[in-house]
Amino acid sequence: MGSFLAFTIFGLVTGSAYAIAASGLVLTYATTRVFNIAHGALGMVLSFVFWDFSVRQGMPTLLALVLVLGVVAPGIGLLIQRVVARGLGDAPVSVSLVVTVALLVLSIGAATTIWPNEARSISPFFPETSFEIFGGSYITAHQVLTVVLSLLVAVLLYGLLNRTRIGTAMRASVDNPELLKLFGGNPERVAGLAWAIGVSLAGLAGILLVSTVGLDYYALTLLVINAYAAAMLGRLKNLPLTFVGAMTLGLVTSYASGYLPTDGVLNQVRNVIPALFLFAVIVLMPQAQLRIGQVKGIVSAPLPSPLKAGGWGGATLLFVAMVVSVVSEANLLLVGIALTYAMVMLSLVLLTGYGGHVSLSQLTFAGVGALAYIKMGNTGLTGILIAGLVAALSGVLVALPSIRLTGLYLALSTLAFGVIMDKLVFNADIGFGSNGSLNAQRLTLLGTSIESTRVYVWLMAVFFVGMAWLLLLARRGRLGRMLIALRDSQAACGTLGLDARWFRIGLFAVSAGMAGVAGALYAGLRGTVGANDFLYFQSLILLLLAVVFGVTSMTGAALGGTGLMLLPVLQSSYPAVGGLLFVVIAVGAILLARNPNGLSIYLFSLGRLADRRLGDVVRQRLPELPVPGGSLAGARQHARSEHQANEDAERSLGSVGLADDEELLEEGTRVAQ
Amino acid sequence: MSHSESIASRGGHRALLEVDGVVVRFGGVVAVNEARFDVEAGTVTGLIGPNGAGKTTCFNVISGLQRPTSGKVWFDGRNVSNTPVHRRSKMGMGRTFQRLEAFGSLTVRDNVRVAADIHSGALPLRRRSAGKVDIDALLERVGIAEYARERADSIPTGTARLLELARCLASQPKLLLLDEPSSGLDETETDDFGDLLRDLAAEGCAILMVEHDMDLVMGVCDTIHVLDFGSIIAQGDPAAIRNDPAVQKAYLGYSDEADEGHPVRENHAQSGGYPGDEYDTSTDLPPVEATMTLPAVGSGIGRGERR
Ligand SMILES: Nc1ncnc2c1ncn2[C@@H]1O[C@H](COP(=O)(O)OP(=O)(O)OP(=O)(O)O)[C@@H](O)[C@H]1O
Ligand SMILES: [Mg+2]
Repeated sequence: MGSFLAFTIFGLVTGSAYAIAASGLVLTYATTRVFNIAHGALGMVLSFVFWDFSVRQGMPTLLALVLVLGVVAPGIGLLIQRVVARGLGDAPVSVSLVVTVALLVLSIGAATTIWPNEARSISPFFPETSFEIFGGSYITAHQVLTVVLSLLVAVLLYGLLNRTRIGTAMRASVDNPELLKLFGGNPERVAGLAWAIGVSLAGLAGILLVSTVGLDYYALTLLVINAYAAAMLGRLKNLPLTFVGAMTLGLVTSYASGYLPTDGVLNQVRNVIPALFLFAVIVLMPQAQLRIGQVKGIVSAPLPSPLKAGGWGGATLLFVAMVVSVVSEANLLLVGIALTYAMVMLSLVLLTGYGGHVSLSQLTFAGVGALAYIKMGNTGLTGILIAGLVAALSGVLVALPSIRLTGLYLALSTLAFGVIMDKLVFNADIGFGSNGSLNAQRLTLLGTSIESTRVYVWLMAVFFVGMAWLLLLARRGRLGRMLIALRDSQAACGTLGLDARWFRIGLFAVSAGMAGVAGALYAGLRGTVGANDFLYFQSLILLLLAVVFGVTSMTGAALGGTGLMLLPVLQSSYPAVGGLLFVVIAVGAILLARNPNGLSIYLFSLGRLADRRLGDVVRQRLPELPVPGGSLAGARQHARSEHQANEDAERSLGSVGLADDEELLEEGTRVAQ
Repeated sequence: MSHSESIASRGGHRALLEVDGVVVRFGGVVAVNEARFDVEAGTVTGLIGPNGAGKTTCFNVISGLQRPTSGKVWFDGRNVSNTPVHRRSKMGMGRTFQRLEAFGSLTVRDNVRVAADIHSGALPLRRRSAGKVDIDALLERVGIAEYARERADSIPTGTARLLELARCLASQPKLLLLDEPSSGLDETETDDFGDLLRDLAAEGCAILMVEHDMDLVMGVCDTIHVLDFGSIIAQGDPAAIRNDPAVQKAYLGYSDEADEGHPVRENHAQSGGYPGDEYDTSTDLPPVEATMTLPAVGSGIGRGERR
């Protein structure tokens, strides 16, 4: 009984810290409609700053605390609001998620650069003091302080929101952002305040938790899952319910660590309680209503005609064939890895570029595919296919709980899913084994196992091109139109009779399946794979790079895949800038997030420019190629009639059909409001 | 009067659409208050009222985008209060939006094609084209054929409203809910539009229309319901509505008070518009000018009195 009491107290203490973190998250989200995935990461950075001030520079604890929470944190919050988050609330959810994922990666990159990995610790506040409570249990002064601070935060937030003018403005903007102006609120000021307070609360929670969690880049970053799991009880808006959620989560976590067996699978469960709690809450949430007047996505989709796509595909295969025949064995592996990532990025083209949804665990699906491929032992094409199906099924599993909710909840579930899979499956005996790895066989085609890595890598390129081609085909047809329609207006699709919920699940499943196929091929390439090949953090980098290079085009996927492959290579050759590279990618993603076409679009316009300057000269020298079964002109005519909007791009479609980059639909960016 | 009583009083007859005591509250604001009205097949019915009266909210409840606080919606003899949006559409409800919801990244033609695809219900992968609906004929009928190849986010507001109508017609609805369909149209276009509505009604379609253009409303509607502060204050044919003192008070009274400020209403009037929408009377105008649209409404009624 005594231990039960102790666990209860411990649970309430942890819950208090979660409540502080969660209320900051809710405050920012409700007032600015930007969901800050980097909430935990900012708490992590601030904990490091606190360590720097109080331990490294030896400032008095209280001074350090006041400086961090009163100056540094609000400063960071204001900076983010001014520089990064301005206007983000009106952008599609996918954009604001990408931007805050970039903030997360930026935080980790900055922290690893400024405070390189070494053992650090922060002792609890008042380490010597503790109080005995009934039954012989003790409660430390730090714990008391945590609870008191969370109560203080609750009271202060209540006072701010209910007793001040700007607080009224903040509350108004929860229900109706338009109302804000009427209360004399300057939206910028309100948003700035929300960010400043939000980041401070993230810092406070981080600092309070550091003595139990440890000063670790990733553990504190994942605190955001605990925070939003708690906040979901209040639909990410309601502060009192958020506190209830946080306390419940704290208690569940504490009881789990007290009463779950310390061996077997259940031992691992305690590490993923917040993620499981999140899924439980999501399942219990009531149906969300389709929103009207949602802001439309930024519109632009480079779409080559099937003919041109085929030409590019052929060229890609030729190019890869050339590359694999000259590079060394070690570099061959790198080409294969790049192709793997490129395929996973294709799955993001479908999900994010066409569908407007975000997944933060795409590599986890690749991992599921790899695991299925290995465990099944079927090395034929069917093995790859089944691996894809298994991954697709896991995608359904992730998307199903949030079926009745908006896309934001789906994205938030994916991060939790990545963590659950990593801890509960990949690192367990049913997966790759704890810190272990599994051996994988090469793909067998026509009865022969493809032992030559050169041939295998080229085959991977065939898969990439095949997937890309199918994707383009789908995009041009009915499916593609429906995807774009859904992205533009879910409400309109609903009133036209489309059940957006199941459509989204199907889309998510196909995307996960594509990643799964990539994972299976990757397993065959490497021969041995482990949980570290599919880290959730890598999924975040993958998302950012996909956005940087363009998440609407096959070119973007190919370039992004290459970039992601090069990242660790660069980091190991220049260890000093390892973290800085994350910063660069994050900044790139922040700059490009509002334009889903990424860097590729500049490449395309470069191609058109070159064509305008040199195209005619080149065409004069080239002989007209005869096309079997109908004239090329006819084919081009067809393409023209289908896409009149791109006359400009069409004109540059050379005589061979390969002369240009992908066509661009009107790239006029449309931001409603 | 409860729903069963209302049926009994009409001898068991049931209209295509029956709004039965719907209440919608947003926090402290009662947007719709015990609204109760019917829409018969083959008629054009108007739903009018000052800005912020709750018309759009009513539409959202009918089409299933907004859960009412209380009350029921009956469609085609069935209680659809708990039926999801897409199912109501399959039953034959179609609507357009005051704040446009055209698929901006698609061409005008593809907007309609998607609607036909969805309506035909085939799996998206099947290569069968849109089924029975002739898309080009539909564009022609609504009068936007010349825009077929243009992107929906590059066409004028009035055209976009017609596009929403065409898109809606592609799913062959029994009931059309039109939210301010004529704003953005010029005079001749509005006349053509009125004719189109009469034709559709003659084909058996029921039309419920929210509209600020009183000439259009008075010209095409068989029945008009007037909403003020969320409550139905008058129902009847155009002539009766023109002469109804409560209606005149609602419009003129509102326009008098407006300067003192109905902050919530004015605000909504401003937020309810479509970006770049130069014509919509309820958009982009500063509050004082916004009220100037009301005398136009009032004068419409006044003209009626004179007649
Ligand atoms: N989502 C919402 N949250 C809070 N209040 C809302 C919401 N939607 C509408 N309202 C309020 O409900 C009332 C009715 O709005 P509604 O849009 O139905 O009016 P309307 O009759 O369509 O006006 P208009 O002629 O300007 O289109 C207004 O006071 C509005 O501010
Ligand atoms: Mg309205």
